[in-house]
Amino acid sequence: MAVISTSDFRNGVKVMLDGDPAVIIENEFVKPGKGQAFNRVKLRNLKTGRVIERTFKSGETLEAADVADMEMQYLYNDGIEWHFMQSESFEQYTAGTNAVGDAKKWLKEQDVCMVTLYNGSPLSVTPPNSVVLKIVETDPGVRGDTSGGGGKPATLETGAVVRVPLFVQMEELIKVDTRTGEYISRVKE
Amino acid sequence: MSRSKTKAGWQPACDYAALRARAATLSRIRRFFDERGVLEVETPLLCQTAGTDPHLHPFTTHFRQPGQTDGVELYLQTSPEFAMKRLLASGCGSIYQICKAFRNGECGRHHNPEFTLLEWYRVGFGLDGLIAEIEALLGVLFDGKRDLAPARRVSYRHLFGQLAGVDPIHADLREFAECAKQHNLAEAPAICGEDRNIWLDLLFSHIVQPQMERGLAYFVYDYPACLPSLARKKPRDEAVVERVEVFLDGLELGNGFHELADAAEQERRFDDELAVRHQSGLPLPPKDQRLLDALSHGLPDCSGMALGLDRLLMLMTGAGDISQVLAFPVSRS
Repeated sequence: MAVISTSDFRNGVKVMLDGDPAVIIENEFVKPGKGQAFNRVKLRNLKTGRVIERTFKSGETLEAADVADMEMQYLYNDGIEWHFMQSESFEQYTAGTNAVGDAKKWLKEQDVCMVTLYNGSPLSVTPPNSVVLKIVETDPGVRGDTSGGGGKPATLETGAVVRVPLFVQMEELIKVDTRTGEYISRVKE
Repeated sequence: MSRSKTKAGWQPACDYAALRARAATLSRIRRFFDERGVLEVETPLLCQTAGTDPHLHPFTTHFRQPGQTDGVELYLQTSPEFAMKRLLASGCGSIYQICKAFRNGECGRHHNPEFTLLEWYRVGFGLDGLIAEIEALLGVLFDGKRDLAPARRVSYRHLFGQLAGVDPIHADLREFAECAKQHNLAEAPAICGEDRNIWLDLLFSHIVQPQMERGLAYFVYDYPACLPSLARKKPRDEAVVERVEVFLDGLELGNGFHELADAAEQERRFDDELAVRHQSGLPLPPKDQRLLDALSHGLPDCSGMALGLDRLLMLMTGAGDISQVLAFPVSRS
């Protein structure tokens, strides 16, 4: 397994930390003029999503994590697991609840997601930045209200609940930002 | 402030305001010392010896006499200190220098491997006189750029106790570990082991510095005797040395000493540092015999200070990264 030294620390480098894969999100070189050099690092645990702060003595090494991001098409959910397919190789991957996490409320069949593989199996799933989903439940709005002020909750076909403007109706398609969970616009079929 | 990432590689990393701030700072510093009768000097960047400090890694190169095929190893200086002390021993009086210094293995938001130092020595000054002069210089340089609150003078031990809650001189390693744990540094024992100096460096840089109040200079004095460098031992207190560090916005700006003048003591410190280098498998540069000879001849009683000018410019211009005050940081050199 490849070894990563503090001098190779960059944002995005993936390493093994306490037995879990983690990605470096911040790396600061700290050195007193007359003293020991350190690297103060922020890492995100790729299994739990937790951000960890950790200091290393400059020159220390960590094991590289066998982690790769791959674009995949979401196929279906069988009630227990989520199935994805790599579009070029047609290779299929199965992700459990932990790996899919919060992404599940944005997953629509055929959409292309980013699946992070760790030692060859899905570790996490990132949905597209925006998705188009159908509203399956919402209160009838006041006709003529186009201000968008206030809004109302709407349940989408995947089960996600987002706030939408009052004029948006049942059965309509809307575009949602998956990073913030916010309504972006109506979409004409 | 312009973002260096969006510029083409040949272009300067900093904007013109930073270039102008640098030029104005250089001329203001020269005026400051000229008015005080301090002589500007130049000493070699290319040196036959290097410091023995195990935490400084000099760049090395080879010098060939005309026609010679294999040359002798020379070092790019990590600090002009030794050469300037030789001048002082020769009787030149108070001197200052603005020069480049080079330190390998140092690169980051606050480090460029090549950087600009202002270093000066005041004959007849103790640390108090030196601190007063630094404060006056900072006042002149920040005038019209940024309002600084009155500086704080505080002993290393007091500040450490106040901000980290532990006594840096008397606490044992178990107490250091407890302090680290309380400050979310559970990894500290694995990093520092039994090395008291690394413990102090870690706790000070990770716990004390970040908690320093912004907008005023800190003059931290009376460093523990285990971090002596080239400072004198304090009379009547063997636990500390006459060393001062300047911080602003939690950033280390410079380091000063009431200079060690005892050649034998200096040679012992060289030997101690070389022993640490030997243990760590680091290169063993030759001891600077010319410095030792100069000290034996007699160094006048003096205090000296080195200030990092690039960091000073960062704090004057509000830059968050050293590359914002350099025309061409190492990545564009």
